[in-house]
Amino acid sequence: MKFKIYRYNPDTDTAPYMRDYDLDIEAGDKMLLDAILLLKEQDDSLSLRKSCREGVCGSDAMNINGRNGLACITPLSSLSEPVTLRPLPGLPVIRDLIVDMTQFFKQYHSIKPYLINNDPPPETERLQSPAQREHLNGLYECILCGCCTTACPSFWWNPDKFVGPAGLLQAYRFIADTRDHATSERLDNLEDPYRLFRCHTIMNCVDVCPKELNPTGAIGHIKDLMVKRMV
Amino acid sequence: MVNRVVVGAHYGLRDWLVQRVTAAVMAVYCVPLAVCLLLQPRQGYDAWTGLFSGQLMRTFTLLFLLCLFYHAWIGIRDIVMDYVKPAGVRLVVHVLVILVLLLYAIWSVQILWGF
Repeated sequence: MKFKIYRYNPDTDTAPYMRDYDLDIEAGDKMLLDAILLLKEQDDSLSLRKSCREGVCGSDAMNINGRNGLACITPLSSLSEPVTLRPLPGLPVIRDLIVDMTQFFKQYHSIKPYLINNDPPPETERLQSPAQREHLNGLYECILCGCCTTACPSFWWNPDKFVGPAGLLQAYRFIADTRDHATSERLDNLEDPYRLFRCHTIMNCVDVCPKELNPTGAIGHIKDLMVKRMV
Repeated sequence: MVNRVVVGAHYGLRDWLVQRVTAAVMAVYCVPLAVCLLLQPRQGYDAWTGLFSGQLMRTFTLLFLLCLFYHAWIGIRDIVMDYVKPAGVRLVVHVLVILVLLLYAIWSVQILWGF
């Protein structure tokens, strides 16, 4: 199989370039990450992040044939050749396929991704009914791989101001949680022409999410709650 | 990177909502008018002035145009927020756009009630 991989080492290269690789491999039921690791045996300077190799840790998010995804759960057989691999768009490149996710996590932290509840803690845990727990489905599964946020043109344009789909999905995850008591403060924190309203429902986030979540839907729910609060 | 606490500016919802409401008003005005014009094509100056001579038609046309200008203001402001970064230049562009849209509104009244 033929591969074209984005290479950039800031210590030795003046500019990024695409390097061609040829790998003798049967696609079978192998995943893209398997092929990249074999390529790394050929050329150990090729750098990438990876860990769980089963779509749970979110480390190996990259741009695969123009579309963001996780290399470890992308079947080789689904890819057309040459398989073009680039780092996630819109973030500074540290080296090859590794990007600096500081800005992504700064936006994530800005939505206070933890339960805020000033009631005294009960002896066991804070209970929810099955129906209340049901609201968290489709929200808690996010692995923060960054595929959605780095596919969003609004984030490319305003990464320092727009929270981005991953951060907003997480914001709604805590707004929807009955154990969280800070809904109003969370809505205040998001009511901003940049932080929330830069979302123009382009829906690239929904298209690329490897966990098949719906950040645009979560953003819509946040807007609904703001409208209900106002009228 | 400036290390400041990030919080909301506490506005933005009203503009977002107004953009949706004005879009709905424009659709309610445009769709029946387009159907009407397709079924009964009008030709010539007299036919067109006749269409806009009724008070009801003039009122709803003005409502449509005011919605269009408000809708356009929010859309253009959003584009300016993305592409014009220096605050001074952005303020000047905002003021110019508002003035032009206000002039369009006045002009619309002159056109609708001026013939």
